[in-house]
Amino acid sequence: MPEMTLIDAIREAMDEELARDERVFITGEDVGPRGGVFRATMGLYDKYGPDRVIDSPLAELSIVGIGIGAALAGMRPICEIQFADFIHPAFNQIISEAARMYYRSNGEWTVPLVIRSPYGGGIGGGLYHSQSVEAFFAHVPGLKVVIPATPRDAKGLLKSAVRDPNPVLFFEPKKGYRLIRGEVPEGEYTVPIGPANVTREGDDLTVYAYGMMHYYTLQAAEQVAAQDGIQCEVVDIRTLAPLDRETVLGSFRKTGKALIVYEDNRFLGYGAEIAAILSDEGFEYMDGPIRRLAGPDVPGVPFAHSMERFFMPGVEKIADAIRELAAY
Amino acid sequence: MATDLETRPGIDDSGVQLEAATLREMYWQMLRARRTDERAWVLHRQGKIAFHISGIGHEAIQVGAAFALRPGYDYALPYYRDLAFNLAWGYTPHDFMLALFGREGEPTSGARQMPSHWGTRSLNIISQSSPVATQVPQAAGVALAIKLRGEDRVAYTSLGEGSTSQGDFYEGMNWAGVHKLPLICVVENNIYAISVPVHLQMAVPNVADRAPMFGVEGVIVDGNDVLACYRVVKEAAERARSGGGATLIEAKTYRPTPHSSDDDDRTYRPREEVEQWKKRDPLARFQAYLLEAGILDEQAIADYEARAREEIDRAQAAAEAAPFPPPEAALGDVFAPVDETLRAEE
Repeated sequence: MPEMTLIDAIREAMDEELARDERVFITGEDVGPRGGVFRATMGLYDKYGPDRVIDSPLAELSIVGIGIGAALAGMRPICEIQFADFIHPAFNQIISEAARMYYRSNGEWTVPLVIRSPYGGGIGGGLYHSQSVEAFFAHVPGLKVVIPATPRDAKGLLKSAVRDPNPVLFFEPKKGYRLIRGEVPEGEYTVPIGPANVTREGDDLTVYAYGMMHYYTLQAAEQVAAQDGIQCEVVDIRTLAPLDRETVLGSFRKTGKALIVYEDNRFLGYGAEIAAILSDEGFEYMDGPIRRLAGPDVPGVPFAHSMERFFMPGVEKIADAIRELAAY
Repeated sequence: MATDLETRPGIDDSGVQLEAATLREMYWQMLRARRTDERAWVLHRQGKIAFHISGIGHEAIQVGAAFALRPGYDYALPYYRDLAFNLAWGYTPHDFMLALFGREGEPTSGARQMPSHWGTRSLNIISQSSPVATQVPQAAGVALAIKLRGEDRVAYTSLGEGSTSQGDFYEGMNWAGVHKLPLICVVENNIYAISVPVHLQMAVPNVADRAPMFGVEGVIVDGNDVLACYRVVKEAAERARSGGGATLIEAKTYRPTPHSSDDDDRTYRPREEVEQWKKRDPLARFQAYLLEAGILDEQAIADYEARAREEIDRAQAAAEAAPFPPPEAALGDVFAPVDETLRAEE
């Protein structure tokens, strides 16, 4: 299997879906000749033309609103929001419109829409190029929220997202675009939206993570295994909504201890729901406090390197949290 | 082509060539909507329904537009006052009564939504929400799909003048201008957004004055003249289908009723103003025109009235007899099922 970067896998997924289905088109800011500010759509404008890869006005509400309308009329739009930080002007279109369309129309109207957006910190992006926004959207039934952590999953999940009849928010860990490399199967394949993935087996405790935090968690797990003899099980959530409760609970029944790692603010972040499910439905297996490692509750990721490092969970912080939990 | 609203209005039929049968059908649809709407107010006063939001006074632009388009072929994203538009496209008083009473079988939302949140897939009427102007960028998206596929459909949307203060309106119309989309955007300017008068919504005298900033055609029409409205929407549809792009139509009209059954319009506008506008009532104007032209007579009007009453009585009785939706229907239709045939095996 060829090895590729996360962003190459994402581009390949879009390339293949554009080729497979003429209803698919891409729109967003700078997605055309420029190929996207992160180069996710590089070469696609030249290959498919201006009717398939459409530079949008600089207006996120309209990128999503247009996408919803085109999806309702039978197209399969892939909308790129340049940074997750800029998705908020489109919040109403996503929450009031895309999420609720199927329910409010008694199952008559569907919104087969993909919204791709790079998220997360650690890149010196400051308050407005570092946000993690998944919890806002995972809260709303009717939206599927996907965050891949590997190139293989990124390609397979994005292809599933394009083929899904529901609105899918596809958040990409931008720090991992070129950092995360991995094997990707040759030829056609998809990864289903829904199932979480046990990416490392262990008996001592379970670490739940997604996106960039999953990448760091695997490294931390190897570190504590080598240095401390602690064997972590690692669960890559992959699909944040709707959540694969069985895999999440299944690992907890095995280890009895849970650490949830996310780079969003801690308070009411995605890990809070995992913690609530485990304590509610896994209480009799509990063998220690359910721990969360997350960003501090401040309004944003600061720009200066020192403060950004302080904010972001990384390998060392995760390893420390694992050791502390394992000691129970 | 601004219309002087101070003169006693007639009907401007210039450039409109419709057969007498079609004109009668337009009258029937206006009357049917009016009587259905009036019944809803009565039901609310009787305490039988919880909520009604009215389209009375707006029937001319709605029926004019409905007849200028092709129901079920073109797409429509109408707003909450568009009862007459919906009825003219194929929605029924029976459907509306089920919505008013919130009963099982309500076709647009399964009674999940409040009444007047339209949406009928078989008619290409897209489901609507309560946050205003959200339908404008969506309508532009529908129009983009039409253009990308090279079809000769049009996307029709409507909203009130207050809703044009929303960013959604500007962003959607901007796309329509940039891409010359086959979109018709009708603003039913009834002067008040609940209580806020139009001069506190915008500093320009007309909504249509904003059309040049989008690079689209702007048209002002007497929104209480059904044939003038028909003509401008027809022209807009022809412009859209021939690649001429979008049209922003401002239909000057008035809402003689409160905003909704929860509103009291005596708190923000004088009675004299309401009475003055009632003289320009679109239904009465069209009736007078058809009588004078010999297309209608008193007997025909009485027959239409009887037909409307009978249909609405029947619709109301059926809705009152219908059960409520099963409570567990609240849990349905969160996600559409994934078509597994489109997903290769891992």
